[in-house]
Amino acid sequence: MSFESFAEFIDMGGHGLYVWLSYAIALIVIVTNIVNPLMHKRQIFIEQASRLRREKPKS
Amino acid sequence: MSDTVPNQPADSGMVSECKVDGPFWGALKRDLLLSYRRKSDLVNPLIFFLMVATLFPLGVSPDPGFLADVAPGVVWVAALLATLLSMDSLFRSDFEDGTLEQILLSPQPLYMVVLAKVLAHWMLTGLPLTLLAPLLGVMLFLPADGMSGLVISLLLGTPTLSLVGAIGAALTVGLRKGGVLISLLVLPLYIPVLIFGSAAVQGAVTGLPLGGYFAILGAMLSLGLVMAPLAIGAALRISVSG
Amino acid sequence: MAEKKWMPRWFYQLASPRWCYEITGKLLPIFAIAAVATLLVGTIWALAFAPADYQQGNSFRIIYIHVPASILAQSCYMMMAVAGAIGLIWKMKVADMVAKACAPIGATIAILSLATGAIWGKPTWGSWWVWDARLTSMLILLFLYLGIIALNSAIENAQTAAQSTAVLALVGLVNIPIIKYSVDWWNTLHQPATFTLTERPAMPSEMWVPLLVMVIGFYCFFAVAMMLRLRNEIIQRERRSSWVRDLITG
Repeated sequence: MSFESFAEFIDMGGHGLYVWLSYAIALIVIVTNIVNPLMHKRQIFIEQASRLRREKPKS
Repeated sequence: MSDTVPNQPADSGMVSECKVDGPFWGALKRDLLLSYRRKSDLVNPLIFFLMVATLFPLGVSPDPGFLADVAPGVVWVAALLATLLSMDSLFRSDFEDGTLEQILLSPQPLYMVVLAKVLAHWMLTGLPLTLLAPLLGVMLFLPADGMSGLVISLLLGTPTLSLVGAIGAALTVGLRKGGVLISLLVLPLYIPVLIFGSAAVQGAVTGLPLGGYFAILGAMLSLGLVMAPLAIGAALRISVSG
Repeated sequence: MAEKKWMPRWFYQLASPRWCYEITGKLLPIFAIAAVATLLVGTIWALAFAPADYQQGNSFRIIYIHVPASILAQSCYMMMAVAGAIGLIWKMKVADMVAKACAPIGATIAILSLATGAIWGKPTWGSWWVWDARLTSMLILLFLYLGIIALNSAIENAQTAAQSTAVLALVGLVNIPIIKYSVDWWNTLHQPATFTLTERPAMPSEMWVPLLVMVIGFYCFFAVAMMLRLRNEIIQRERRSSWVRDLITG
């Protein structure tokens, strides 16, 4: 452990803003890259399911 | 990359028909003649070139010392944008009237035809820009020592710009709004030429030896001459068949 | 037709979207667990246990995001171009889809690299942006990604779009070393590369081991994100086939 206390850990030797901002942006980028395709997949499934329902009676 | 062109019969022999007189000169003559008939298109990039360079003193500062400092970069950036401006029309009219399809179907080596078209484009934009550049240099107070560097670097650099830009033009020829897209695709690829071109001018102003810059610009040109027509040909086949 | 029998069997199987969908379905959880585990361990290690740099203090900890992001942004481009080339040469649909899936991920990772670089620059150089060689190359890489995404979305026909972007990606791939060299030559102010394959890192091991963990974590994350997008693309393009219909109704 390179920090004595939790407050020191948050402060990061005065650079807290920069360090935490970087990690926050990284988290946002990673989460969007995972959540975005997942939501897209749901949307595709809903669209295709409704398309199949529409086309079924005809055939 | 030549094996990315699948529709070519293997035995039609890219090698045996590579004599320069037929397709190359034919395409070159045709393109030059066509643009000679539409003179206004010839002058537009030049006017644009002049205008962009005029904007800098107006927008930043008319101070001769300052302008002399930024002149190499300004002239080069203006030349780069002017080449881009005319890029969209390189294959467009041929695509619209079906000539492009005929060129692709013909047994003539596409490499030569594409090279001729790019050369024609350069002769009609890059070369006049190069000749006009000293005038801009004078207007922007570029020291007289820098003029030779400016002209030679543009002479070596603008063909590369035409070659790389033609790849973007070939990729977007099938799209109705290709103009903005070409700039997006091509501008990042222009950066090395811009860096070494303007560095050559700066080097000429400060009296440094210029051989190295010209060698690098020449190397980029030769690489472009060898590789770019292949990419343009592949891109044209994709755009036309799609 | 000349039969090419010299490729291993899995290469042909990869060409089948269905097989690819099934295999990625099996691989996804493995990579997801690996990504979560390595990123979690790496982050805690980087933030709490790795020693502070004697010059830069704790702002040095940004390296654990910045360097993996930069490496990943570059290798993602590489992967996209190679996948595009495979799609062009062997007309392999799945390779086209992989290339398409790579582009948006690579662009966001390049943005992450640029953002962390800027944030790191503030305490280190005193300004948010410095026209230093490696930041500039990364910016140009981002432009290349954006150009590819723009071209891909401008062309409606999926196959034409894939082939055109593949050509553009390959042209970019040829250009990247030239751009890198010219930008390096143009200006350099950055510290030399943190990781090289040939030399031992100059950092002490308690600094670079967590960095390595983070790099692996980022690659695993990339694998997960890429497979998710790839699977979406497969379903969308194969929506008329019976197995996708069964998948959706079943």
